[in-house]
Amino acid sequence: MIEIKDYFRPKTLEEAYEKLLSVEGAEIIGSGAFMRLSSRKINLAIDLQDVGLNYVKLENDEIKIGGATPLGYVERSEIIKNAFNGKLSEVFQLIWSVQLRNVATIGGTIFPRLGFSDLITALLALNTDIVLFNNGRMPLEVFLEERIRKDILVEIIIKNENRKFSFQNIRNSFYDFSILNAAVSVDKDNNYRIAIGARPAVAKLAINAMNYLKENNNIEEAAKIAAQEMDYGTNIKGSKEYREMIAPVLVKRGLEEVIK
Amino acid sequence: MKIKMTINNVLKEVEVSPSEFLLDVLRRLDYMSVKKGCDTGTCGVCTVLMDGKPVLSCSVLAASADGHKITTIEGLRDDPEFKAISQALLDEGADQCGFCSPGLILNVYAMKRDLKNPTEEEMKKYLVGNLCRCTGYMPQMRAIKKYFEVRS
Repeated sequence: MIEIKDYFRPKTLEEAYEKLLSVEGAEIIGSGAFMRLSSRKINLAIDLQDVGLNYVKLENDEIKIGGATPLGYVERSEIIKNAFNGKLSEVFQLIWSVQLRNVATIGGTIFPRLGFSDLITALLALNTDIVLFNNGRMPLEVFLEERIRKDILVEIIIKNENRKFSFQNIRNSFYDFSILNAAVSVDKDNNYRIAIGARPAVAKLAINAMNYLKENNNIEEAAKIAAQEMDYGTNIKGSKEYREMIAPVLVKRGLEEVIK
Repeated sequence: MKIKMTINNVLKEVEVSPSEFLLDVLRRLDYMSVKKGCDTGTCGVCTVLMDGKPVLSCSVLAASADGHKITTIEGLRDDPEFKAISQALLDEGADQCGFCSPGLILNVYAMKRDLKNPTEEEMKKYLVGNLCRCTGYMPQMRAIKKYFEVRS
């Protein structure tokens, strides 16, 4: 059961942040998608739909997406469709259903650092920063390691560089969560980014493999290194051993796709 | 708390609790085409249009629908597209128990606006969140393909 005592729809981020700090048990909600899957009490639900964080825009060499933008709105944006050969837009289409994507927001997906998220893995493999109201701008990989709880995700910023990008995942059916996912990208100077997620923990960069690829071009070996530097776990979707076995395969497929 | 929603083009003022979801409020107001299935955002039978976009009403807080436009199939009664979609489903025998039909029809209605000349694969991707408990989706797909061919 979800129990919400009070609901508040601020007009500005300042108002939202003030309430988040001053009311005990206050939470920013991203509309309500998946909220009722857990049983909890929220003293004050803060809804950001009126604070002006609903946008996708291109500024200089950066794609900026407002924290309260529904995933479906991002997916349909021409900017996203044109970015990275349309591959990022395809990742959005893997997320649950059209109806849910019209409800769930970018902030609601990234801020809770959901382990099963396909989007976080994809964004990690691209150069993505996030902007928090209080803690400011930081790379996504830094945010994922931090223990920030009381803050507001204002926007995400994806470097719109000429990166080749590939997203790989294994799932039991199209309409399911990934058992494991991996994203790979490379720019024209051969700088690779590799992320593996749904292990089932939140996605992480495979730094050793990325460093290895600076000096070497054996992608089979790189995929092995990437898979080995991660921790895996068992959950309802799959076992630790299964994930360990498929991880190098997914990374290799991703590398093969971006090298083509 | 009091919220205002335009439901099927009629402005309604409704008393809701902050814990309530849109699905339960709509059913309380007698919009019985909006079905309650899984109640966790999976099955799609509670689909309604919010400002023209299909959403899962079980996953939208009623309070956050304040000020928005909600359309259920009751509101499409005289809409030619609605009639064409439901006729196509009837013609193919895809109405069956009818439980998933309102959600499916609303999503097909939205798909028609969102996708231009979709392939069968694109249709399936768009409709992945509309589950049917009766069969294997074959009559539905036949009906939807026919509807798209005839109209486009």
